[in-house]
Amino acid sequence: MTPRMSLRVLLFGLYRERAGAPQIEIELPAGARVHDLLAGLREYPEFQGLPGRMAVAVNRRYAEADSPLLPGDEIALIPPVAGG
Amino acid sequence: MAEPRLRVGVVDRPISAAELAVDLVGDRHGATLMFEGTVRNRNRGRPVVRLHYEAYESMAEETLHAIAAEATDRFRVGAVAVLHRTGSLEIGDVSVAITVASEHRADAFEATRYVIEQVKLRLPVWKREEYADGSTAWLDGTPPEPAPSAGTGDAG
Repeated sequence: MTPRMSLRVLLFGLYRERAGAPQIEIELPAGARVHDLLAGLREYPEFQGLPGRMAVAVNRRYAEADSPLLPGDEIALIPPVAGG
Repeated sequence: MAEPRLRVGVVDRPISAAELAVDLVGDRHGATLMFEGTVRNRNRGRPVVRLHYEAYESMAEETLHAIAAEATDRFRVGAVAVLHRTGSLEIGDVSVAITVASEHRADAFEATRYVIEQVKLRLPVWKREEYADGSTAWLDGTPPEPAPSAGTGDAG
């Protein structure tokens, strides 16, 4: 059996409001990458039908779809940005 | 030339470009350019009464610092300072303040433009509008872009 890892994911803006919490825990197979996280999150009803593309930041930088994830990483789900 | 000076912040208090200029003016600078983004009373035809800004603060500060540093790499500027607000803002309040000082004015204009456009593309900040009828909505934003590759000289 593939070992699994638990990741804490920070939420902001509309995503935080939808989830009703500033962060969630998600379990993924060890060695999972950003695209696996996004696929896992799409299973959650609260993250369905959201406008725009979801981005992921790892350790406060935008991550590519194939970036690896580790349990100690600071992972955040970034809605489309609206600063300025 | 001395190292360019940088100052950035993501803060829940009133901000102004003038407060940044106080630190940046210097004998070497022939130009000091100040830009303020302010809260507009309408968006897409709906009257807006208030805005609430939320930030991923630690990442937003790091991103602002990266943007300011990129501006000093791309343009001949002596100092770049940028602040972004969080929290509740009324119409006319300053949401973003940028001040750039340079020897010659053209660099200050280009660097300021670079900073505000990158803020729009990359800064992890979100806003919820509050309308005259009491309803609220998170603004549709821009799918964020990673940092542009260094040395392209293309401000997008």
